[in-house]
Amino acid sequence: MLFLIIKRILLGLITLFIVSLITFVGTEILPGDACTTYLERQAFGEQLEACYRRLGLNVPAYERYVSWAIGAIQGDFGYSLSGEMPIKEVLGPRIKNSLVLASAAIFIGIPIALILGIITALWRDKLPDVAISTVTIFAMTIPEFISATLLILIIAIWLEWLPGIVIVPTDVSFFELLPNIILPVIAIAMIMTAHMARMVRSSVIQVMASEYVQMAILKGVPYWKMVFTHVLPNALLPAINVVALTIAWLLGGVVVTEVVFNYPGLGRLVIESISNRDLPTVQALAIILASIYVSINLLADLMTLMLNPRLKTLQIRK
Amino acid sequence: MTEIIQKVKNLSIGFKSKKGEEILILRNISTNIKKGETVGIVGESGSGKSTLALAMMGYVKHGLYTIGGECEFNSSNLLKMKNRDLEKIRGRKIAMIPQNAGQALTPNLKIGYQIDEALKLHSDLKEEEREQKISELLNKVRLPSPETIALRYPHELSGGQQQRVAVAMALAGTPDLLLLDEPTTGLDVTTQAHVLELLNFIAKDTGTSMVYVSHDLGAIAQVSDRIIVMYSGEIVLEGPSRDILKKPIHPYTYGLLKSIPKLSLAGLPQSMPGSQPQPGTMQRGCSFFDRCDFSEEKCKSNSPQLEYLEELNTSVRCFNHKSLMNDSQVNQTVNKIKTSLQDKEILNISEVSISYAKQNLLDQVLNRISDDNPTVKDININIKKGETIALVGESGSGKSTILKSIAGLLRTKGGVIKFDQKRNLPSDLKERDPNDLRIIQLIFQNPDESLNPNHTVEEIIAQPLKLYFGLKGEELKKNIKELLQKVRLGEFYMSRYPRQLSGGEKQRVAVARAFAAKPDIILCDEVTSALDVSVQAAVLNLLQQLKEDFGTTYIFVSHDLAVVRAISDRVAVLYQGRLCEVGPSKDVYQFPSHPYTEVLLGAVLEPDPDIKPKLVAEDIVEEKPPQKGCSFQGRCSRILGDICKNEIPPWQITNSGNSIRCHIPLKELQKDQIN
Repeated sequence: MLFLIIKRILLGLITLFIVSLITFVGTEILPGDACTTYLERQAFGEQLEACYRRLGLNVPAYERYVSWAIGAIQGDFGYSLSGEMPIKEVLGPRIKNSLVLASAAIFIGIPIALILGIITALWRDKLPDVAISTVTIFAMTIPEFISATLLILIIAIWLEWLPGIVIVPTDVSFFELLPNIILPVIAIAMIMTAHMARMVRSSVIQVMASEYVQMAILKGVPYWKMVFTHVLPNALLPAINVVALTIAWLLGGVVVTEVVFNYPGLGRLVIESISNRDLPTVQALAIILASIYVSINLLADLMTLMLNPRLKTLQIRK
Repeated sequence: MTEIIQKVKNLSIGFKSKKGEEILILRNISTNIKKGETVGIVGESGSGKSTLALAMMGYVKHGLYTIGGECEFNSSNLLKMKNRDLEKIRGRKIAMIPQNAGQALTPNLKIGYQIDEALKLHSDLKEEEREQKISELLNKVRLPSPETIALRYPHELSGGQQQRVAVAMALAGTPDLLLLDEPTTGLDVTTQAHVLELLNFIAKDTGTSMVYVSHDLGAIAQVSDRIIVMYSGEIVLEGPSRDILKKPIHPYTYGLLKSIPKLSLAGLPQSMPGSQPQPGTMQRGCSFFDRCDFSEEKCKSNSPQLEYLEELNTSVRCFNHKSLMNDSQVNQTVNKIKTSLQDKEILNISEVSISYAKQNLLDQVLNRISDDNPTVKDININIKKGETIALVGESGSGKSTILKSIAGLLRTKGGVIKFDQKRNLPSDLKERDPNDLRIIQLIFQNPDESLNPNHTVEEIIAQPLKLYFGLKGEELKKNIKELLQKVRLGEFYMSRYPRQLSGGEKQRVAVARAFAAKPDIILCDEVTSALDVSVQAAVLNLLQQLKEDFGTTYIFVSHDLAVVRAISDRVAVLYQGRLCEVGPSKDVYQFPSHPYTEVLLGAVLEPDPDIKPKLVAEDIVEEKPPQKGCSFQGRCSRILGDICKNEIPPWQITNSGNSIRCHIPLKELQKDQIN
């Protein structure tokens, strides 16, 4: 068991190392470098030299990688070219904002998804299932930029209930941010909830058809007791990994929604840094998003390990 | 007259097909279960026997519905009862023991909890009393150290133990009626015999009525007082157990009994033609008409009714039962197998050992397997051309492992496999040349999994022909047609997909595919285990015919000792990956000498109420072979002492050429046979 956990952690670290290499090599083999892309037509002479010195580009690539990696481990990602300040300071508030958005979506989305998934599975092919399943399929298939735009149009512009786009400074306090995030949260939660509800539905249906559920019924276990002791623990186990992936996606991948709502999160920073050709920031974002993915998946794996008796006791039999 | 506990009246259950037709799974079933009796329901897959058993608990599977009739328990119809009322009957009055306990125990709940759940629901015991009761129940089903078992999860127990837990769980509510759905089907022969003996004991001890559902007439014969035979959703014969097994007056039962191989008879049993009609394809007239040896013109258009014969206390659904009554003693005739044994040895397996141990990094680098106690060890068998040699043993005996190594699917750790006394077959599949691969073909247990569902029969059989002989176009077609003819399938099967075939037909396609490569050796891995009894006999006969035509050598793996007796020339008995006994089938079966062979043969269930299994050894499951000494020391009832624990027994050879690996002197081993 312990061995397994250590193995997983090591594998995660190796993944991160490979990601860092790829992003570093990627930016390295692109024509030009951070200074030439950033300075554009001014990229010559004294100015270029100064930029090189400031970014430390005048030493060989492997040395730069090592010093960059050592810095990254300590949380120092270097200097943002467009923000004219350390990347650490650019990232801090962005991470906080993304966390706020993601956790709001998670706290609303996951319980709703579980409830909808379970209801649709238990009333399979009956009216509640047909109704909810139709809605979830719609929510899944409408792209987020359309649903987000529709939300803005209806709730912000026609009804004028909530602000349509987020016009706040990046480092605004949590309570000032709150009314601004309601629409983005709804837009994100819709897709996420729909995906998860469908996944929970199929998982519960599968378990309901299993022989041990039939056995529990034939044992005379009352219906709801059977659902809670025999069905749900086994049905939700495989859902943990899906939830983890969703959370990881929330933290970094909601680029489109953040852009539509002008939300100052990590996703928008990715777009901004790319369009500003701020390569050091892009590098830092790549490694941070990768770490989020790796650590959340690791967490999910560990949780599955803890909850699954088969893996917990880890008996080796043929 | 004894009290009737469950009354099934005109029960029909079915489903709606996609076209909206009503398709019947059970057709107008009526029967009574009396207090204290054990009723066996026997039938092949698709006969509706499990649906009937579940209906007796008021349970109808998702997708099926009750079309008519009732299941009456305590004068109320279970099929119309509300779920809340059913919950009070299920587990308390009527309990179920499922087919596959491994699947039927909830994986995330401990054994103790699952039994406690039943106790909590169906008794008023307090917590401490319940705890004690759990131990009592686990003790009753003869599980060792109940306290520790209760704390385990289902997957931590062996198949036999899981089945015992399921029995304990069913007994927790002290039911009046126990329904058993194939409770021993997935178990080893010895475990199966032990579980049946336990069930018999419980039936006597508690006076519980039992309904025992199985396809296995051998198991049914051991437990039932009365037998119901089902065929395509109908009862075709119902009566006292002994009469039905000794003097079956329905042609289907008669044919079924004749098609089961017996231990006492060498040679292949007669097969029944065809297979059971699928639900929904039923024609007018008797549903057994197509396969019946006794059919007449009227059977084709008129359906016989179930007729009660007072003097025999038997109900039968056949117009012709009177003529059967006169000569229905099941005098089994067998097709003696012809051996085309040649002196030439075709495969020499010497000193082969195989390990499942995981290689560590160092071993991987050095490309070696280090395991001082491998799963399979010291296998020496020389196989003659044209011979059928069978490997037998319980699960974990290494029989399939050896087969895989011969096929090259599993690397050996040591030893040599030599073909035709010339070529050493490389242990690694990648090093074998195409001809090495061609000469050895495999037929798998389950044709559902070994045939590609997206290929037509033509494509399936064409593959080896293209691969090994480069056939194309007309010639390829001609060869496929010939092969299909050989396995008795018509040309029109070429365009069919596996899902459109019955189990027996699929296995025929698998046989045709194996023969397409014109192999010298065919490895048969439990080839008939997934088939119904009546179909099994036909496949065995086909294999024998093909062997006589082509002079092929078979290496046959099976857990069914009667099947092995029927088809094999020579038998190798394995325990924990070590050979115990190798010899001509005749000798091994008539005079079992190795203590393990005695155990195995003693546990075989025969469809004859007069032949009871002999339980010699405990059915302990051993995880690993012992480090030293005899592999069977852990379960041997005739263990001599330290010598068995420390020294590997020597090979002793009898006059008839039977080799036995045991420390007990031959004379003493043979003396026992006379008693």
